[in-house]
Amino acid sequence: MIEHTLHPGLVLIAGALLLPWLRGTLRSVAVVTLPLLVLGLVWQVPDGPAWQLRFLDHTITPLQGDKLSRLFATIFALMAAGGGLFALSQSSRVEVPAAFIYAGSAIGVALAGDLITVFAFWELMAVGSTLVLWSQGGTASYRAARRYLMIHLLGGVLLFAGVAGHVVQTGDVAFAKMTLDSPAHWLILIGFLVNAGAPPLSAWLPDAYPEASWSGTVFLSAFTTKTAVYALIRGFPGTELLVWVGLFMVFYGIVYALLENDMRRILAYSIVNQVGFMIAGIGLGTEMALNGAAAHAFTHIIYKALLLMSAGSVLLMTGRRKCSELGGLFHTMPLTTACGTIGALAISSFPLTSGFVSKSMVSQAAADGHLLTVWLLLTAASAGVFLHAGIKFPWFVFFQKDSGLRPAEPPASMRWAMLVFAFLCIALGVWFEPLYALLPYALKYEPYTWAHVLSQLQLLLFSGLAFFVMLPFLKRTLTITLDTDWVWRRLLARLADAIQRLLHRAGSATSRRAAQLGSVAQAMVVRHYGQDARLARTWPTRSMALWVLLLLLGYLLLYYV
Amino acid sequence: MDKQAHWLDQPRNVKRLWRAFLVVLALTVLAQVVVQLHPHFAVDSIFGFFAWFGLLACAAMIVVAKALALLLKRPDNYYDDGARDD
Repeated sequence: MIEHTLHPGLVLIAGALLLPWLRGTLRSVAVVTLPLLVLGLVWQVPDGPAWQLRFLDHTITPLQGDKLSRLFATIFALMAAGGGLFALSQSSRVEVPAAFIYAGSAIGVALAGDLITVFAFWELMAVGSTLVLWSQGGTASYRAARRYLMIHLLGGVLLFAGVAGHVVQTGDVAFAKMTLDSPAHWLILIGFLVNAGAPPLSAWLPDAYPEASWSGTVFLSAFTTKTAVYALIRGFPGTELLVWVGLFMVFYGIVYALLENDMRRILAYSIVNQVGFMIAGIGLGTEMALNGAAAHAFTHIIYKALLLMSAGSVLLMTGRRKCSELGGLFHTMPLTTACGTIGALAISSFPLTSGFVSKSMVSQAAADGHLLTVWLLLTAASAGVFLHAGIKFPWFVFFQKDSGLRPAEPPASMRWAMLVFAFLCIALGVWFEPLYALLPYALKYEPYTWAHVLSQLQLLLFSGLAFFVMLPFLKRTLTITLDTDWVWRRLLARLADAIQRLLHRAGSATSRRAAQLGSVAQAMVVRHYGQDARLARTWPTRSMALWVLLLLLGYLLLYYV
Repeated sequence: MDKQAHWLDQPRNVKRLWRAFLVVLALTVLAQVVVQLHPHFAVDSIFGFFAWFGLLACAAMIVVAKALALLLKRPDNYYDDGARDD
């Protein structure tokens, strides 16, 4: 059954494949309008199954709508439009089409009604995102893309094994809530968590994302982790393990971001931190918490894209990415500074920004459930967000000591993209009702109470005080901090080297031994059968007769014994 | 390029900003006298909870980060030298 509804994800992917043939203004118009057209299509998808097909003895549902699916598909389409606008002056002709394939498959996951479709789009996302990373063109990004792909293929294999097990056990392909009662469901959960940037493989994210181009990272920040958040909301709401996984990610992100010197890697660690809030919310599993996780994914995509746009502008205009080489850029990049600061305020959940109306729902759910430890940790983490992303990023990039750099503002398309996203950060913080109306559960939540605003201001401003008081401890140095990627970049690489050397040595010893044996055998053959050797000589008739006599005698004896 | 220094470049103004910041900090705590907060637990009913908790939490995170750095910090060309990382 296929109703007359176009699949928004497939339309975006098909459009992406046509993009390389377009040039000039036509291409620019297509890059911005195609995702907006897709956004319109997302809103045409009805509730319930829209496409159903027979595939390998199963009825799959490649297109299915409900509030949760529509919320994520909406933000993915919006993000593709904003990212496309930002990337208009990108010279790579691969990046934007690859990003649209990536975004289209993320929309495909969000609108999939069954696990087989989820898996297919999941893998297509890995391909699209690797191409985005690859299109940067440098050696570093090529190597990072290979590591990135390796981890995502691993996650894909785990997910596939889980889906296959689930289908064999239940005979059902529908993507619905699961519990951790079988190895198959564990595998599916792990497959989702790999993409979410959860431990222990979380290092793929800060390893790969900062190696993309100035516009590529903006796309990369949006889809992979948030698709995983969507999949976890649908598949594993209320799984308690996720509360602790989420809380670990929150603090891991903060601590590593505090030590980081690369401006875009700070923001990459901060993605893990923010996704941690969402995953903790999914683990709490109440309607308030799930609404919070979904709303936070929505607002996060916008402000994180805005932050990475401002960082991308700095990278494009200065060619530098290390905080220790930046500073004082507010002199000549006031617009970029203002937009980056708005993004920083939104990620910190400052009142009147989008983060304030979304993240607080997760904390509220913890308080409603009387989970003191979880609530205290979430509150401490909210303070930490302001510390590592809210102040640290804008301070070291745009302010601090004057680096003497006087770059101009980026091209108009980039400025407009930043302005639109900065506007959205504030608009969603002020007029939050439209966002709340999109959330999966109908709940009454009022973010702007005096008590909430005041407690949040206390928390954030005193975190700010801590930052400036302890600034000497936060001075940037030309260092990195080892992460779990050390295991596969160093430990496993060294181990593979060592095993190879060992095998080589064992191999050469074996072949030496074989050669020795061979030469001994050869000498023996030559000694016995060679020219004039004992067995090759012509023997006299009498000795032959004697030997025949002896043999016959022996035969006779044996016969009678 | 810049004909005259930006107002933020003058130490006098930075000092003014600091003072304003400290006044705002004090105001957010004092406002608690007027605004009734709705504590969910015992600990957050202590006066100025969000202020001191935020400050201490941030200090703790910075200390933990510095401690971790002692173990895990490497020069940022750490992965370049071997050139055999993938």
